[in-house]
Amino acid sequence: MKNSQMNWYKYASPQNFYPLAGRLWPWFAAAGAAFALAGLWIGFFVAPTDAQQGEGYRIIFVHVPASWMSMFIYVVMAFWAGLGLAFNTRLSGMMASALAPTGALFTFIALWTGALWGKPMWGAWWVWDARLTSELILLFLYLGFLALQAAIDDPRRADRAGAVLALVGVVNVPIIYFSVKWWNTLHQGASVSLTKAPAMAHTMLWGMLLMALAFWMYSIATALARVRCIILEREGHNEWAKHELE
Amino acid sequence: MKQVGIISVLGAVVRRDLTIALRQKSEVLTTLFFFVIVASLFPLGIGPETALLRRIAPGILWVGALLAAMLSLQRMFAADYQDGSLEQMVLSPVPLGVLVSGKILAHWLLAGLPLVLIAPLLGLQFDLDGRSLAILVASLLLGTPVMSLVGAIGAALTLGVRGGGVLLSLLILPLYIPVLIFGAGAVEADAAGMSASGHLTLLAALLSLAAFFAPWATTAALRISLE
Repeated sequence: MKNSQMNWYKYASPQNFYPLAGRLWPWFAAAGAAFALAGLWIGFFVAPTDAQQGEGYRIIFVHVPASWMSMFIYVVMAFWAGLGLAFNTRLSGMMASALAPTGALFTFIALWTGALWGKPMWGAWWVWDARLTSELILLFLYLGFLALQAAIDDPRRADRAGAVLALVGVVNVPIIYFSVKWWNTLHQGASVSLTKAPAMAHTMLWGMLLMALAFWMYSIATALARVRCIILEREGHNEWAKHELE
Repeated sequence: MKQVGIISVLGAVVRRDLTIALRQKSEVLTTLFFFVIVASLFPLGIGPETALLRRIAPGILWVGALLAAMLSLQRMFAADYQDGSLEQMVLSPVPLGVLVSGKILAHWLLAGLPLVLIAPLLGLQFDLDGRSLAILVASLLLGTPVMSLVGAIGAALTLGVRGGGVLLSLLILPLYIPVLIFGAGAVEADAAGMSASGHLTLLAALLSLAAFFAPWATTAALRISLE
């Protein structure tokens, strides 16, 4: 028992985690590519044409998984940040900073594909709907996190300051979501409803799930690859890291 | 002894910050005039149509108050950080949370309360009636302390950081959105013939939540900044 626990803590050290991440990330990348191929194949060729929306709806296979991941990654990032703050582990902060750009990317993709989808379906690039608005605010939160970390030179301080911000953000995300939702129902401005009434075909659901898995694997792979770069940047003065760079 | 100590320390911090600020009145007045000028710019940009102005007044006044309060946030800890007294506060035997709460309270008295007091006057420029003005003041009275509390976290995080001012706005403005929605929403709901009490209750809930968590998070952020 004691032994198995020791094994896990071993990887909290950047020096031990670096080779592990190096071994793992190609597998996740390969899995991501396989899932993406399967998901895109279902999305483009198997899933039926939508009765109301025609072929245009197929962007859903990118849009919905991207917005799922954008929210999920923020929570994971806050988890690592909180862990780093509580236990003062260096690797946790590095993981949080490695995840942030991927999360911001998915938020941006979700907004971008949403605009591309919205134009033919509702005739507008942007609607002040509750979900769109809170996704936009999520992008602001990611950008704030990235900007704060970029502005602080000392990496340890940047990690900890970013951790406080991520935790404050994660407490605020539900508050923001519900306030935007109530704001939207009060105004009733946009006459477009985003809630999709018709039940989704099974193949469509499978396509979306496969694409979500693909994005998930991609996120893990990029986070691991990025955390390797961060480890090398910060530990560059150590013997093992110098040896690694040769 | 300890119990009395904490309250008197809180009072001393507030008194100290107020004294410093009142000796340099320009800082307090700058925030206030910023609010007045921003609110006066909107009719110039949109046009003097009374019906339209009355409709957008709550939003404009709330956004103006938000920006004005944010403008003064950076000063909350900056001077103390530069002359080293912030370090002494961190080292003092009094819990840092108490000192931070005192500083937040002082910031609200200097930057929040004047905005609340001048808002009805600006509301008159937008042709709001007496009832809407009263709700505007009530919503600002509940909302501006939340801005000081949440803003303190950002001010502490960006202490001594490159480009702190712009960064602070990037960090804090998204977090102000719920306050803005419920604050401006209270006035709009009343104008639309609905009760404003729901919005005001939610603002009060946000205030108690922020009053509980923000000093704690600010303390953590200050300790990180001063390491």
